[in-house]
Amino acid sequence: MARLTKETLLDWYRQMVLIRQFETRCDELYQNKTITGVYMHLYSGHEATGVGALAALGPEDHVITAYRDHGHALIRGVHPNPIMAEMMGKKTGVSGGKGGSMHIASRQHNMWGGYAIVGGHLPLAAGIAFASQYNDRPEVTISFIGDGASNNGYFHEALNMSGVWKLPVVWIIENNFVAMGTRIEDSTAQTELHNRAIGYGIRDGGRIDGQDVFAVYDSVSEAVKYAREGNGPVLIESITYRYKGHGVSDKTYDKRFADELAEWRDNKDPIELLRRQLQKKFKNIDPELAKIDAACQAAVDEATEYAINSPDPTYEDLISNVYVEE
Amino acid sequence: MAAKNIPMREALRNALREEMLRDERVFVMGQEVGVWQGTHRVTQGLLEEFGPKRIKDTPISEMAIAGLAVGAAMAGLRPVAEMMTINFAFLALDAIVNHAAKIHYMFDGQFRVPLVIRAASGWGNQATATHSHTPEPIFAHFPGMWVATPSNASDAYGMLKASIRSENPVLFSESIALYSRPAPVVTDDPDFVLPIGKGEIKREGKHVTLVAYARGVEWSLQAAAELAKEGIEAEVVDLRWLRPLDIDLVLESFKKTNHCVVVEESLPMYSFGSEIAAQIQDKGFDYMDAPVKRVSAMDVPLPFAKDIELMALPNAQKVIDAVKEIL
Repeated sequence: MARLTKETLLDWYRQMVLIRQFETRCDELYQNKTITGVYMHLYSGHEATGVGALAALGPEDHVITAYRDHGHALIRGVHPNPIMAEMMGKKTGVSGGKGGSMHIASRQHNMWGGYAIVGGHLPLAAGIAFASQYNDRPEVTISFIGDGASNNGYFHEALNMSGVWKLPVVWIIENNFVAMGTRIEDSTAQTELHNRAIGYGIRDGGRIDGQDVFAVYDSVSEAVKYAREGNGPVLIESITYRYKGHGVSDKTYDKRFADELAEWRDNKDPIELLRRQLQKKFKNIDPELAKIDAACQAAVDEATEYAINSPDPTYEDLISNVYVEE
Repeated sequence: MAAKNIPMREALRNALREEMLRDERVFVMGQEVGVWQGTHRVTQGLLEEFGPKRIKDTPISEMAIAGLAVGAAMAGLRPVAEMMTINFAFLALDAIVNHAAKIHYMFDGQFRVPLVIRAASGWGNQATATHSHTPEPIFAHFPGMWVATPSNASDAYGMLKASIRSENPVLFSESIALYSRPAPVVTDDPDFVLPIGKGEIKREGKHVTLVAYARGVEWSLQAAAELAKEGIEAEVVDLRWLRPLDIDLVLESFKKTNHCVVVEESLPMYSFGSEIAAQIQDKGFDYMDAPVKRVSAMDVPLPFAKDIELMALPNAQKVIDAVKEIL
């Protein structure tokens, strides 16, 4: 913590608060039918894992993730306006309204997208890392993975291939103990998911406290350094907790997991944990934090307005970009 | 232009080699493409010439082969990924259909996926049910990728070059039965690139149009030669690509002959033949003098026993019979 400036720490706080407020707003907008569709997966509860991990990367590095992707895009610096516009299927969305909540990408931020097929992005991550290696560029790719995806064939094939080719990837499993609705104990007999690293002969980055942004940052920084130096991939298991259902269609999650959810919210909330640490470290920080809270709220308000007032895509958009023109 | 009579596998190898020499970003990956020299010997000698950085032997991981190729293509490389046989591409169907074909659209043009997936296809060698598919139409079903189905060594050469140079993903099907067939192939023009989506009339005729691709062209040409002895002049349209589909070339021929037989190695249900027949009745209805006939594989899984396996396969005689039914 000592080597981190106040500015950096406040920026981490800002990122985490922005995600929480953005996701809370998305939920409200979905409930009042401003956002439509059947799929939207919120990152609330996971903030410290995303922020701590991506703080270990530079802009030249790469990020790819699954469908719970809003947070990762925000951390990467993608503006909230086009992300919110994508939620509403607007022409001004990051993907022109064609991708929706699960497909938030920004090429210029090396944010290679959210992907909706569980595990489908893992070999893509390997491919992006392969390109870095092939071109002799010292870049690292971080691929976020849900605990559920670790039981899918893509996980096995992609991690195995990343190991045999020593690809510069850091695989981060965000383990929130539930794959859609199935508990991890009912999904695998090896519930310590980082242990799978040994099966692929890759570095085991261990199981870390995904609610503690500093712990995440430290572990991922070390892993990124290892991968950047050409030693091959690392697998990290970050223990975190999902505050909302699998997706917006999961209506009974709060009831099913009420006690556990309350325990995490009350005692392990990543934003509260960081707030307390900041209060301990810096005197009279509260007004600054309040200012950040308000700025995030304003950004989310602005994004909402921007999205609502944006034009819808047209027939020309429907038929464009199916192919690159030959 | 100089040309040399070489088998299709050698023509494909020449195309790969020349494109690798032309463009540093092109690399080859797949099972047994390197040390083994390619199970169909297409990649023979490439490991020795280009080294292990650009000729990548992979584990038996079809999902990761296709998926890694997608990621590498998005990141600016030009992967040529080999599926040892197209049957194994079923394992990679998600990576091909949901990722290779859709990423450009889904992210509204932010990414390009210029990859080629080469796959050996076909049957008739007692390979049995799981190893005897010709599922090219399945891949052609989905918008977002091209599907190449060459019928001879020269076309294979020019089409593979076109596929590697394309900014779009291409499923490139290579008929196993044609690998050893020689044809004159250009040897002194590394830019011999055939246009994507353009078919070719392989034999002119005025009585009936035979529409085919890949191995179906061979059966069609054999049938046309036999029919000519009886005074029936069949025109053979080789579409070359299932996507983009050169339906204009088919219609042009059909307007002249008013009769059509579609010849395909694939299965008959929801097929290439179905598509051509539908488009002809839709766009060429006024020119129809007879129903469009289809010569396809029989609608059964493939057995091992040679005699009954061959019963299920199309051949020139079946094409002749179909022509005589409608003339």
